Amino acid sequence: MFGWLVWRDLILAWRRRADVLATFFFFVLVVSLFPLGIGPERELLRSIAPGVVWVAALLASMLALGRLFGNDYQDGSLEQILLTPQPLYLVVLAKILSHWVVSEVPLVIVAPLLGVQFGLSQNTLIVIALSLLLGTPVLSLIGAIGAALTLGLRAANVLVALLVLPLYIPVLIFGAGAVSATVEGLSPQPYLLLLGATLVVSLVFAPWATSAALRISVE
Amino acid sequence: MSQKTINWYKYAAPANFYVLAGKMIPWFTAITIILFAVGLYMGFFLAPRWGGDQKESYHIIFIHVPAAWMGMFLYVLMAIYAGIGWAFNARLASMMATAISTTGAIFTFISLVTGSLWGRPAWGVWWVWDARMTSTLILLFLYIGFISLQSSIDDPRRADRAGAVLALVGLINVPIIYFSVKWWNSLHQGATITAKGYQMVPSQLAAMLILLAACWMYSIAVVLARVRYIIREREREAPWLAEAAA
Repeated sequence: MFGWLVWRDLILAWRRRADVLATFFFFVLVVSLFPLGIGPERELLRSIAPGVVWVAALLASMLALGRLFGNDYQDGSLEQILLTPQPLYLVVLAKILSHWVVSEVPLVIVAPLLGVQFGLSQNTLIVIALSLLLGTPVLSLIGAIGAALTLGLRAANVLVALLVLPLYIPVLIFGAGAVSATVEGLSPQPYLLLLGATLVVSLVFAPWATSAALRISVE
Repeated sequence: MSQKTINWYKYAAPANFYVLAGKMIPWFTAITIILFAVGLYMGFFLAPRWGGDQKESYHIIFIHVPAAWMGMFLYVLMAIYAGIGWAFNARLASMMATAISTTGAIFTFISLVTGSLWGRPAWGVWWVWDARMTSTLILLFLYIGFISLQSSIDDPRRADRAGAVLALVGLINVPIIYFSVKWWNSLHQGATITAKGYQMVPSQLAAMLILLAACWMYSIAVVLARVRYIIREREREAPWLAEAAA
């Protein structure tokens, strides 16, 4: 059931490639805009790169949230999924997992390339990828709560930003902190450990809160 | 002989609570006015001046600190009420949560504004990315999220429950946010400006506590009044309302 649901969502995403690519290019575009707005000084770019990459990742993953339950909600399949005897926790986890693979993994892969634009060292590029790898699942997990709460509402996209972005702040701080620490020649380990801890906590609580929110929104 | 037990569940019904709240509001309003008058008089005229270069601007503390405390307390209270309303399907508790959210947001906003006004003469800047100020700002965002989520859902039952999920998730997040901001701050800024090191004179502390009590009484009065409006709006079809209004 779990695997089947993940597979189904991956196929659906593949058939709607344009949606997925839009988020991806949004991320690339936003990150590339910063040097244009700020100027090409290498030192400056190097010091703002961690924040820029992470804020862009936050915005991109927030934009993708509409897809998480939105399509299933509109064509009615979400209601059918909610009626299955399987625990809703696992159903939600499967949907979040496939959403993460589709929307966030491309960002993790391309982020080091964008880091090259900002003149970061090889070591830092690895930490960027690592911190995003640990942090973006948290973004999907927390975002799922917001996506479930705003299902079918007017102006759901703006609303989801208001709900979710404040909750993203710890991830932003730890993620960008790990990268900045590496830029400054310190060890990123404490930040990465904190990111891992956040991931574990949200893995336990977020699917549960999302299930509750889904039941409230679809009744 | 006669056992006088109060039936608490009676007032869980909006119809009964509506009348009770109507009777309580004048009392709490009166206590609020008295406490504010006493507290402000003590704070502005009796409390001794602060030593050092702060001059008169330090008097802002008597509004700023109670407002900041209220902003935090009310968030917890709102989440508890919302949780009770969701778990036990108690309409009145959910209405209380909705009523508290606005007051809490206002107090949080006041604490930010007064903090900024105080920061200008004391620190020379309107805003610093101090851990407390930043987390208060985030608290305001959480309130705004709660209010805007509830106001964009038309069905009141769904609005209550969705708000409850959001408030409880926010409650779990508040400590995480606070500590993350604190660690972030200690990394990025060498020396942080904090209000530590000032010693409070008993009369100053008393003035502040009286004003805190005044803020509590104000919150109760305003929340009760707001709950009455919410009841009136949601139960406008109910026959008891016409009787109560008559």
